[in-house]
Amino acid sequence: MTDSLEGPGFIPYDALTRTQKARRFARRNPTMIAGAVLLLLMVALAIGAPLLHTVNPVDMNPVDRLKAPGGGNWFGTDMYGRDSYSRVIYGSRVSLFVGLVVASVTSVIGLTVGLVSGFVRRLDNVIMRVMDGIMALPDLLLAISFVALTGASVRNVIIALVIPQTPRVVRLVRSIVLVLREQPFVESATAMGARLPRLLIRHLLPNTLAALVVQGTYVMASAVLIEAGLSFLGAGTPPEIPSWGNIMAEARSYVRVAFWLLLFPGLFLALTVLSINLLGDGLRDMLDPRIARRMR
Amino acid sequence: MLAYILRRILATLPVMGIVVVFVFLLVRIAPGDPAAIIAGDYATPENIQKIRVGLGLDKPIHVQFWIYLTNLAQGDLGRSLHSRLPVGQLILQRVEPTVALALSTLTFAILMAIPLGIVAAWKAGSLIDRAVMVFAVGGFSLPVFWLGFLLIYAFSIRLDLLPVQGYVSYRQGVLPFIRHLILPTVALGLIYMALLARITRASVLEVLQSDYIRTAYAKGVRPAGVLFAHALKNAAVPVVTTIGVGFALLIGGVVITESVFALPGLGRLTVDAVLQRDYSIIQGVTLLFALVYAVVNLVVDLSYTLFDPRIRY
Repeated sequence: MTDSLEGPGFIPYDALTRTQKARRFARRNPTMIAGAVLLLLMVALAIGAPLLHTVNPVDMNPVDRLKAPGGGNWFGTDMYGRDSYSRVIYGSRVSLFVGLVVASVTSVIGLTVGLVSGFVRRLDNVIMRVMDGIMALPDLLLAISFVALTGASVRNVIIALVIPQTPRVVRLVRSIVLVLREQPFVESATAMGARLPRLLIRHLLPNTLAALVVQGTYVMASAVLIEAGLSFLGAGTPPEIPSWGNIMAEARSYVRVAFWLLLFPGLFLALTVLSINLLGDGLRDMLDPRIARRMR
Repeated sequence: MLAYILRRILATLPVMGIVVVFVFLLVRIAPGDPAAIIAGDYATPENIQKIRVGLGLDKPIHVQFWIYLTNLAQGDLGRSLHSRLPVGQLILQRVEPTVALALSTLTFAILMAIPLGIVAAWKAGSLIDRAVMVFAVGGFSLPVFWLGFLLIYAFSIRLDLLPVQGYVSYRQGVLPFIRHLILPTVALGLIYMALLARITRASVLEVLQSDYIRTAYAKGVRPAGVLFAHALKNAAVPVVTTIGVGFALLIGGVVITESVFALPGLGRLTVDAVLQRDYSIIQGVTLLFALVYAVVNLVVDLSYTLFDPRIRY
């Protein structure tokens, strides 16, 4: 290392080694790294659930009902003698799956509709009024009604979450497209004979991706939260699936005698949502320095 | 101003129209025949047919929609599929706890969040600022129902300071009324507070960096004067906007919070209706909440003139 001998002079970014670049990045984005690490940890728990000293999360063992944490049951056992630790670890699968799918589907639909709405003026009015209509309904209420009417299943929960979240993405993409379409590069692309599909996909889409990724993390965070809320209210994933919301819904009448049954799934849920939010904040700071300065 | 209000209400109409269509269609997309569901497990085909005709379900869908619309225009939200009571009456019975909870939460969140956000922006970079930001990000990640149970466990079960659950009307005594509302208010308010504190901080911080604030300092205004006379009013618009937008969060939170604390409000009515698949109640409550949300945001828009005289309607 010669640069330390020559004093803290300016080193061009390109001259840094890959490790140095990574270190600098981590130093400048501590919250994002914290969020990413925490989220990766949760994903690892979800994928590696069978390897993590768990037992079958639906195995009942009536002799060991409502055992406090300790011994062989790190998080205690529930009213049917099922191992709470195993249930909480397996519960991460439902939450993360729902969160990821909702975020991806919402982003794809929102992007497509937003691009069209921003560029095809004739459709814009209709699309935006429909979006306004959806946004006028509080998201939890819309989701709850949808699941109540279509029946509790993971697929219906995902649809119920995609519907209220999509307008936010559509609005975001549309607002970006409205600014972009006045830019000279769009004009020159048109002048060079690019047709609408090519214009949208090659020139406009890449410019919306940064904002879309940030918005996607927020959609995922609220999807995870609302899924748990729906399950807690009995209008989410079917009760036999050990999702965090379901575990807490079952445990609610045991708050006095077995508080651990509520404590651990809620803690994991909060940490998961926190990790996604931190990641989103970090991404936003990184991708949009103007807003970053304002929020910091 | 009056013309603007009228124009805004007119502009809200198409949106509310789409909401009505949604709410109407929601019930129609449900799998299965509503008439069969109402009739129950032991109904004969004749029974089901009778109910179908009684509800107008045998008519084409656009006729059904027209009937729904004309009833709605007369303030008739239909009848509960289970108790057969008018939905409007059921809603009126449950309004009080919900309004009490929403108002106390709104007051609590605003009174706590705005001073916190201002202090954080004023002392940007300090320990207080960092604490507020950690709270703002953390609070926004907490599930309302989990927070509710934590509070119940700590303050009701362990410390025995407050009632565990339930609701007492203010007519039966103001003190028990308040004691029953404290925990639900805090549980629901913390999330709203986190959102508001963050926006307040960002907004005040941005104003404090503007040129006219520097000018105020330069002409010798005291720091407190700069903050209170010059900065705060200009930072208000984004905060008020967030109060309006965040109201959706509050409505969703009310439904969950009422369930946790066993408050007999509109949220409980909704959840019970969901569990019983009582479509007409779900329709009625959804419409009501959408209307309230629209009105709140109209009021928010109108309040801008109070903070920023450049905005005129």
